[in-house]
Amino acid sequence: MKEFALIFRLKDVADFKPSPEQMQERMNWLAGIASQNKLADKGNTLLPIPGSAKTVKPNNVVTDGPYTEIKEFISGYIVVKAETIDEAVEMAKGNPIFDQVGGNIEVREVLKRD
Amino acid sequence: MTAVLCRHFGLKHIEIAEDIASDTFLKASENWAVNGIPENPTAWLYAVAKNKTKDYFKHIAVFETQIKEAIKPTGPEPEQNFEFSEQNISDSQLAMIFAVCNPTNSTESQICLALQILCGFSVEEIANAFLTKTETIKKRLFRSSANIRNDNFHTQTLQETEIKSRLDTVLKTLYLLFNEGYFSKTNNRQIRKNFCSEAVRLTLILTDNYSTNTSQTNALLALMCFQSSRLEARINDKGEAVLFDEQDKTLWDKTLIEKGNYHLVNACNGTEVSKYHLEAGIAHWHTTPTDQNKWQHILQLYNQLILIEYSPIIALNRTFAFAKVYGHDKAIPEAEKLNLTNSNYFHELLGYLYADTDFDKAIYHYEQAMGLTKSKIERQTLTKEIERLKEQNSR
Repeated sequence: MKEFALIFRLKDVADFKPSPEQMQERMNWLAGIASQNKLADKGNTLLPIPGSAKTVKPNNVVTDGPYTEIKEFISGYIVVKAETIDEAVEMAKGNPIFDQVGGNIEVREVLKRD
Repeated sequence: MTAVLCRHFGLKHIEIAEDIASDTFLKASENWAVNGIPENPTAWLYAVAKNKTKDYFKHIAVFETQIKEAIKPTGPEPEQNFEFSEQNISDSQLAMIFAVCNPTNSTESQICLALQILCGFSVEEIANAFLTKTETIKKRLFRSSANIRNDNFHTQTLQETEIKSRLDTVLKTLYLLFNEGYFSKTNNRQIRKNFCSEAVRLTLILTDNYSTNTSQTNALLALMCFQSSRLEARINDKGEAVLFDEQDKTLWDKTLIEKGNYHLVNACNGTEVSKYHLEAGIAHWHTTPTDQNKWQHILQLYNQLILIEYSPIIALNRTFAFAKVYGHDKAIPEAEKLNLTNSNYFHELLGYLYADTDFDKAIYHYEQAMGLTKSKIERQTLTKEIERLKEQNSR
């Protein structure tokens, strides 16, 4: 069984705060993966708001937020267990985020550093 | 009683303590049959046990001085005087719970030991409950009490650090002990009820003690109270399981529900959310049959529970709650993804979800479940359900 990180990206910071209903749908999706015993790590949310997000660049240049060059920003991640990347992709397709606010999910195989 | 005696003797002499305890009860049954039950039976029993202990020590003293002089006993000399005071009984029982729930033993062994030493069940009763041979249970008990003796766990003084490091194991064992009664394989209703009430009694000892009265302990006790409140309603006179929707709600024990609520409130005075909190929350919602959003709440709690700990049963129950909120059609793909084809509960769930829409699939899954289950009661329930569906379909 391999592990894959699902990295969530949103288009607009305004989409970041989900409504209770949206939150419930996202929880259902996450718990659905856990119910198949395929959740390796429930991951975390990465706050995109001022004071919680900065980017460090060469020559000690520090900018606010993650969103200077790209419009999209990473909002969080989870790690799932799957036999193949296609299986992980199928899991990602079920995420309610696409119907709710758009955005995208990047699927990346995890190579463990040990 | 064994607990107090053990505290006095040390765990190395657990058999002696047990012998004295059972001798005492034997004497009681002889004496009470002739003279009637004394005014204060508890005090009577403890007085006899105390005398028997003194006799034992006199006996040992002769043995020690005359025969075994050269060999020094290990550990501190037990004092001759001890009291069966309420404080001593409660402290001893607490210490004994912690000694029995020894992580070096398997959880099955811990439960067996707890049943024997803390609750006083006979080997036959335990074997009956686990549907195993008495020999197996005897061996298991023998091995695990040897482990306890060698562990050097002192019940005289239970240290704060020992309590902290072992409380999780203790709670887990009590939780499993309760479940053994609640979901027992045996049809013997009395044994099941006794297991449950013993688990509650032992957990109450923990909530009565300052250092073990934690938020998790309260959550566990709340869970036990809520579940116990339905004990009468969930099995009918023939020993068959009664489905939740068909239970006679007047049989639910209101006092236990209130106790559960009390301990659930106690459990929520911190920020901690353990699996006992979540399960108690779910059990709480089950005691409120009328609330409109009940299943919505239950599903949310199951969502959190499955993120803390995966188990096939939690996964199946979560999917059932999902079906209650979003309907059977949406739940079917969720259920099929679980892919627990070796579990009778998995097929029962799918049979239930397909029952109204796809007769053939419903029958297929119910029959799969029939082939997998080991429980007689369940087979009866399934047979009934299959007959009902076939009759419905032929109309």
